[in-house]
Amino acid sequence: MAEILLEIKDLTHRFGGLTAVSDLNFEIIKDEIVGLIGPNGAGKTTVFNLVSGFYVPSEGDILYKGERINGLKPHEIASRQIGRTFQNIRLWSDMTVLDNIKISQHYRLGYNLMDAFLQTKKYKKHEKMIEADAYELLEEFQLSDLAHEMPKNLPYGVQRRVEIARALSLKPDLLMLDEPAAGLSSADVSELIQYIQWIKEHFKLTIWMIEHQMQVIMSLCSRIKVVDFGKELLTGTAEEVRNSPEVIKAYLGDGEI
Amino acid sequence: MTDIPALAKRNSRLPVSTMAILALFALMVGLTMAGVINKYIQSVLMFIGINIIFSASLNIVNGYMGEFSCGHGGFMAVGAYVSSVLSVILFTENSFTGQPLLPPGSAIFLFPIVIIIGGLVSAVFGLLVAIPSFKTRDDYLAIITIAANFIIVTLINNIGAVGGSRGFMGMKKSLKAMEAVIDLPYMIIWIFIFVVLSIVMIRRLMKSTYGKGISSIRYDETSAEIMSVNTNHMKLVAFMFSSGLAGIAGGLFAHVMGFVNPASFSIFKSTEGLVMVYLGGMGSLSGSVLSAVIFTLMLEALRPLQILKWVLIPLMLILLMQFRPEGLLGNRELSDVFPKLKRIFIRKDSSNG
Ligand SMILES: Nc1ncnc2c1ncn2[C@@H]1O[C@H](COP(=O)(O)OP(=O)(O)OP(=O)(O)O)[C@@H](O)[C@H]1O
Ligand SMILES: [Mg+2]
Repeated sequence: MAEILLEIKDLTHRFGGLTAVSDLNFEIIKDEIVGLIGPNGAGKTTVFNLVSGFYVPSEGDILYKGERINGLKPHEIASRQIGRTFQNIRLWSDMTVLDNIKISQHYRLGYNLMDAFLQTKKYKKHEKMIEADAYELLEEFQLSDLAHEMPKNLPYGVQRRVEIARALSLKPDLLMLDEPAAGLSSADVSELIQYIQWIKEHFKLTIWMIEHQMQVIMSLCSRIKVVDFGKELLTGTAEEVRNSPEVIKAYLGDGEI
Repeated sequence: MTDIPALAKRNSRLPVSTMAILALFALMVGLTMAGVINKYIQSVLMFIGINIIFSASLNIVNGYMGEFSCGHGGFMAVGAYVSSVLSVILFTENSFTGQPLLPPGSAIFLFPIVIIIGGLVSAVFGLLVAIPSFKTRDDYLAIITIAANFIIVTLINNIGAVGGSRGFMGMKKSLKAMEAVIDLPYMIIWIFIFVVLSIVMIRRLMKSTYGKGISSIRYDETSAEIMSVNTNHMKLVAFMFSSGLAGIAGGLFAHVMGFVNPASFSIFKSTEGLVMVYLGGMGSLSGSVLSAVIFTLMLEALRPLQILKWVLIPLMLILLMQFRPEGLLGNRELSDVFPKLKRIFIRKDSSNG
């Protein structure tokens, strides 16, 4: 049987009177690329924020590798190897690319405050390891030349790449991408598609992505969940989603499909 | 190229920066003992040192972490009072215990420990701000820091045993007890050592991946959590370390003055810290050191103006915010501005790692 990596059970989240996510169920199977789509304000980002622990769900459960993670702090969830990016890039734009990657290894520092003050053997060993791993990751993403640049000085497309690399420094088993193609030129978008495919194979991980650009979703995702007003409309293959009258209706006037 | 690398190589056991510090130390102590520098210059040097610790420690929170603490003076007060009371009880005849609890001469070894205990108690008082910071940020947290300053000063004002608003004294006697054993300029020596220790500790922390978690909060706290940084833990470390060092500055200050009163640690003191941090540049350690030197000298120059200084200091803050909000050095270190310094003062990290 296929192994379930992430399981979302009857998930509901309210902001005051607004129900942003309503009774959502979803299973993400290991090694797939799945999509989450829906019109603006459908509640997609809120689902990601719930999974990464940014909000505590009003109702329902989130299980990762069989363990309940709702109620945990975001850093605890990150340490359980869930990586994510943001809809509008949230790098530490005034710290170097290298520092962005290094800081994201806080979950496995391996030394404490005293070690840092005294620069103990342990400190040096772990700092070396962290730095070596950071460079290796940057190398894989062809970013090593930019290690000492500030993200704020880099083109948007490159910042996206850095953000994905940063998420991968958590060595995640699940990578959640919130609109990775947003703001990219069409040439960059086709590159991104290949790129995501490469990431999945190279790092052997499961990818869950939110995306408005149908080209990206359709060419990558084996399954797609469509939500509207926080509720599930349909889950199916690209083909099924494309031909669903409900989906077309939900998007009508949105002009994205 | 130049002879500098050669020099560094010849003394590969002791880095040039360490040698420079030792030389400065020997020079200061030597000149003091030889009577070349008078009491006034000595006291200015000591105030510079105390201000370096005070501003560099405030920079941890206001610079590196990007929060706005305006109550740093309160933590200085805790360190000053705790170490003063301890020092008086342990080493001198006093109104609490009558006879000193320990042989007065033992101050010679125990004095730094007394100062450190003052710092540790201050660090605990740092919780007064650290815990609210888990849920509160920016302006709201700034208000909490002011409140903490007021709470501490008011508490001391109302503790009769330490003199209330009249203040507390007797610390000079501890110094006398030390001088009776061997006559050395103890305060110059200890201030120098604590300045160096503070700077080394701050530098090492902020250079480590661990400490950079503090800076990641400044640039994007949400990102920090999502990328596995335990932000509450980092805030705890930042606030407690910062207030602990302020406590050490306070203990040293109290022993230089021989007298403390709560008014010395009011919001005015905290404002002096802010001026130094913003003058030097937020998140620049060498900036804090530089501005502590400039600011202390400036205060001395302004001393004849007395209370007018409280027109000039805020005015300086206004001008600074208007024309150079990033401070003298901004985010950078002196070694970034003058790359040659780097070769002398910064050890190559790879060579000692
Ligand atoms: N922190 C918040 N407080 C109150 N309401 C919120 C909050 N975050 C999101 N919402 C509301 O919840 C709903 C879902 O928002 P969400 O950001 O999840 O949508 P989305 O599907 O990601 O949309 P988009 O495609 O525009 O990114 C929206 O109506 C939004 O206004
Ligand atoms: Mg969204």
